[in-house]
Amino acid sequence: MFSSVAHKKILDKLMLAVFFTAGLITIFITVGIVYVLLSDSIEFFKEVSIKEFLTEKEWTPVFATKKFGIWPLVAGTFLIAGIAMLVSIPLGLLIAIYLSEYASVKVKEIAKPIIEFLEAIPTVVFGYFTLLFVTPILQKIVPNLEGFNSLAPGIVLGFMILPYTASMAEDAMKGVPQRIREASYALGATKLRTALTIVLPAAVSGIVAGFILGASRAIGETMVVAIAAGMYPNLTLDPREPVQTMTGYIVQVALGDLPFGSIEYLSIFAVGLALFLIAFIFNSIALWLRSRIREVY
Amino acid sequence: MKRKNTSRPDILFPIIGALAFLIVLSFLFTLIINLFIDGLEKIKDPSFYVSFPSRFPDQAGILSGWVGTLLVMAGAIFWSLLIGIPAGIYLEEYATKRGIIGKIETIIELNINNLAAVPAIIYGLLALGIFVYRFKFGESILTAGLTLSILMLPVIVVNTREAIRRIPRDIREGAYAVGATKWDTVRDHILPYSLGGILTGLIIAASRAIGETAPLITIGALTFIAFLPPSPFTSDFPFISVDKIWEVFMSPFTVLPIQIFNWVSRPQAAFQVNAAAAGFILLILTVLMNAIAYYFRQKVRRKYIW
Repeated sequence: MFSSVAHKKILDKLMLAVFFTAGLITIFITVGIVYVLLSDSIEFFKEVSIKEFLTEKEWTPVFATKKFGIWPLVAGTFLIAGIAMLVSIPLGLLIAIYLSEYASVKVKEIAKPIIEFLEAIPTVVFGYFTLLFVTPILQKIVPNLEGFNSLAPGIVLGFMILPYTASMAEDAMKGVPQRIREASYALGATKLRTALTIVLPAAVSGIVAGFILGASRAIGETMVVAIAAGMYPNLTLDPREPVQTMTGYIVQVALGDLPFGSIEYLSIFAVGLALFLIAFIFNSIALWLRSRIREVY
Repeated sequence: MKRKNTSRPDILFPIIGALAFLIVLSFLFTLIINLFIDGLEKIKDPSFYVSFPSRFPDQAGILSGWVGTLLVMAGAIFWSLLIGIPAGIYLEEYATKRGIIGKIETIIELNINNLAAVPAIIYGLLALGIFVYRFKFGESILTAGLTLSILMLPVIVVNTREAIRRIPRDIREGAYAVGATKWDTVRDHILPYSLGGILTGLIIAASRAIGETAPLITIGALTFIAFLPPSPFTSDFPFISVDKIWEVFMSPFTVLPIQIFNWVSRPQAAFQVNAAAAGFILLILTVLMNAIAYYFRQKVRRKYIW
């Protein structure tokens, strides 16, 4: 009897150790990411100065005279993410207000999974759709739109991030207590006026957090831009021209054969580090905004 | 008395909102129909499913693609459950948030939230730098499974925690009252009752991972694989060879999404039929997985009503 109890206690401690180790491993993943990005970036910056990386306006790693200025890639990334936000914010807000304030429970039950399904669609499928369906249609409307451009991927990404811009905004608005709406109705405000001047401002930090997470998602998206935006580092704000994003560059280099330690190999880690930092900043802002939601009421 | 309460914008707004949702719906619908029509010729061609990729678009198929996807996903599911479920159990059942250990617990929690938001391609760089070059696993099925498991991990942990949180305190107190240790309680009560929720999370995570392309391209997955990994089964006793299993793990591979990417980026229009067909199949797979997860979730919620 006693030995069985002792045995049980040892097993109990052992399992605690196993579970704790599993938790620790998740930290090692982040440590691994930071280690790989930093150590290979440091190697990269031994050959290319940080000053060149941040001030040069050309990105030509495959040319004979290699230039490593990250701005064309950053510009391409933000141009496409910007177009995505221009599509996603109005569409997402309209849907969020409609679903949270007007739609019946039944409509909502169908609509939410459909919107959230957008996140589950393989991005390579979106890429195919962008290149071979959206771009040809846009070419009929927009003059001088090239076969590879930032407009079409931007628009498609705008839909792709609706789970953040619409669904999360709806969650935030749903979180506004009903009594606040009732108070507004009691004062004679219409439903629309209540939605726009009471519910929307009350839910604003949650809504903006969703927008920022959506933007972060668009910045880190790879396949749609790799397929449909072109592979041409281009410092431009013209949505009709081909561009290359940070993620697109990583894919382009990875598709070739990478000798370990070569300058091209190292350069994708420097670009990856910049991407990781941008995503980290965006996510931190979103987390901070979401933590503020609770303080309102 | 004039009715001021319902002005024109008030009537119009719900219509505009519903229209916005309809735009999204038709976007999705167009996407699916477009893939289906473009790929129909190949979707209904049985040899497409059992042929290797080829230079000739009419002979090319997705055999190595779906076999690779199957093997890589098996690895990804194994690794993500191996780490994800225990980590979720720890955070929900064991974490006390006190003392130095408590600090570590908070870091683990924050870290998992952060991992969920890291762009997928960064995981590809992690895998390239660590698994491929530093651990020397190469551009193999093993590396790919590990890479995708990291992507699935946050979803598994979050769903495990949510499933466990739904179990009321009384169940635990009841178990402790009759002398069960914490591990007894977890094994006999917490795990069985939360299994449905954990499985739902697993299916959702797997449905995302199955379509992931970028991290696998980053680790150097080949796009042209005209062979299958060696079979680990042998004709003599014990009918399975450890060496051969290792060969499977270390075998180069391709997966469906990479095959699609390869076909999309080719200039010949004939390959785009293949891309559309494979894309449609992949899309249907993810729809099915999400539908199963949705159904499962509803069922689990009805099974245990505390």
